[in-house]
Amino acid sequence: MRAAIKSKGLRDLVYNRYLYLLALPAVLFSIVFAYLPMIGVVIAFQDFNPIKGLWDSEWIGLKNFEFFFRGQDWLIITYNTVLYNLMFIATGTLMSLTLAIMLTELGKNAIVRTMQSIMILPNFISWPIVGLFSVTFFTADTGVINHFLSSIGAGTIDFYTNADVWPPILVLMNLWKTAGFGAIVYMAAIVGIDKEMYEAARIDGASRLQSIFRITLPMLKSTIVMLFLLSLGGIFGGNLDMIFSLVGDNSFLASRTDTIDTYVFRALRTSGSLGMTQAISLYQSIVGFILVVAANKIAGKLDKDSALF
Amino acid sequence: MKDSRFDKTLKAIFYLFAAVFAIVCLYPFLLVVGSSFTDETTLLQDGYNLLPKAFSAAAYQAIFATRTIPDAYLVTLFVTVVGTGLSLLATSMAAYALSGRRLRYASHIALFFYFTMLFSGGMVSSYILTTKYLGLQNSIWVYILPVLVSPWNMFLMRNFFNDIPKELFESAKLEGAGEARILRSIVIPLSLPAMATIGLFYALGYWSSWQPAMLYIDNPQLFSLQYIIMQIIRNVDMAQSIAVAGSQTAMSTAPAYTVRLATAMVTIGPIVFLYPFLQRYFVGGLKVGAIKG
Repeated sequence: MRAAIKSKGLRDLVYNRYLYLLALPAVLFSIVFAYLPMIGVVIAFQDFNPIKGLWDSEWIGLKNFEFFFRGQDWLIITYNTVLYNLMFIATGTLMSLTLAIMLTELGKNAIVRTMQSIMILPNFISWPIVGLFSVTFFTADTGVINHFLSSIGAGTIDFYTNADVWPPILVLMNLWKTAGFGAIVYMAAIVGIDKEMYEAARIDGASRLQSIFRITLPMLKSTIVMLFLLSLGGIFGGNLDMIFSLVGDNSFLASRTDTIDTYVFRALRTSGSLGMTQAISLYQSIVGFILVVAANKIAGKLDKDSALF
Repeated sequence: MKDSRFDKTLKAIFYLFAAVFAIVCLYPFLLVVGSSFTDETTLLQDGYNLLPKAFSAAAYQAIFATRTIPDAYLVTLFVTVVGTGLSLLATSMAAYALSGRRLRYASHIALFFYFTMLFSGGMVSSYILTTKYLGLQNSIWVYILPVLVSPWNMFLMRNFFNDIPKELFESAKLEGAGEARILRSIVIPLSLPAMATIGLFYALGYWSSWQPAMLYIDNPQLFSLQYIIMQIIRNVDMAQSIAVAGSQTAMSTAPAYTVRLATAMVTIGPIVFLYPFLQRYFVGGLKVGAIKG
């Protein structure tokens, strides 16, 4: 029987059928929840009507895109999306790196370990909870910050109607939540650096600061560049979880806080045109795809082992 | 060799910087714990405080006297336990099949998963698929099924499996062990730390889930805990209705603000409790992930 199967591929499928069966559930879930929605991108070219469905809605060519790109919204949300991601990447890298170097220099003792545990804690808390925390700080009358400001006689800030204060707040919140956890990656890389280099440097009379700038940072360069590149691939992602938890649908703040994701998420819930919303989403997916592939290509050129796939 | 004076100063600065950041990380937690145990009127008059000036557990009593939070707790608990179990099963099965380059089509299947990380059909498509074609709205499974398999976790897990030395399999085969026996006595015991790590990744994701509730759920009995949090952030009315119903008092004295804080506390409670384990496995998993890329 077996010998009768000529094709090598088919023979492999039969011989390893149990292994293939193991992969089947995950493959099926991917088909339904990741590949079927890809067919749905055609909605971007339709005047989609949910009752008529995917096949019977009217095709209108590029009208959805024309409408979207003629207005101002796409510029604002693209600008916010990219700007927030760049700020998060830059400040996050700097802070995580600083913490990692400091904690490693301080060595291992109970105090350092406790501090490290505390820094990682915010990473395990969901954004809605952070949103609730932030309310206790930012509300106009009872908030901690305004309470403090009025107690020292300074004027109060109306956080939830003042859009311009939000870019720095979001950057700080992002650092609060992610920097401690991000430091672990760099700490793992620092541990990997040859200890003899530091000893040799000390014998030659190098100070700690010199060791950091002449050994640690140069040795981390490839890790930093790699993580930086890979995160650049994601700069079209919208930080929906964070921004929606912190500011919700607050229209006072939209000019500075609306990203592509929050825009699409809102349109979805407020019965906007689904075709138009899908056009925006498709624009995000395509640019995002190009960015990720490009970032991975460059990362792969620099370091063959770094590509996940 | 002793530190020079300059190095000592530097170390002091490092301690200071790290300590300040650690305090900034911890402060909001302590503030919310302290304030949640504060009497409502004191809170409104004096603002939030680390130590309650007038102690009161009224908010917690109110929370557990109504059904809203306990129901949401059950929903989130179900989603987290069942979701994590199913996710872990599907993910590790696929990861095991793709590991060790045994399958001729392993790389094709891997590419199939990888592509879903690069390109997505978008929220609109998923929304239409879920509501119009799968009819998952107002079902608890809408929290679980769309996110059941994360390709990222699948690849992490495959890398774990790849690290099991080949010689172990070969010697087991020489001694006549079948695939099932190999799985039971070699693969599963060796991959327990990996399972724990990936399981925690999934569990944290399910525990934090709120978007499905916002898009697909109208039945208040199926709201998740995080969605309730999301609602009471913006809507004091909701906290107030819990407070009034739970404390059996008039609108004016009901602990509406402290109910919000107490809800946050009971939501992060399990995470803080499991934190030592979370930390160990997450950190270990992250390091492997970082080195493996």
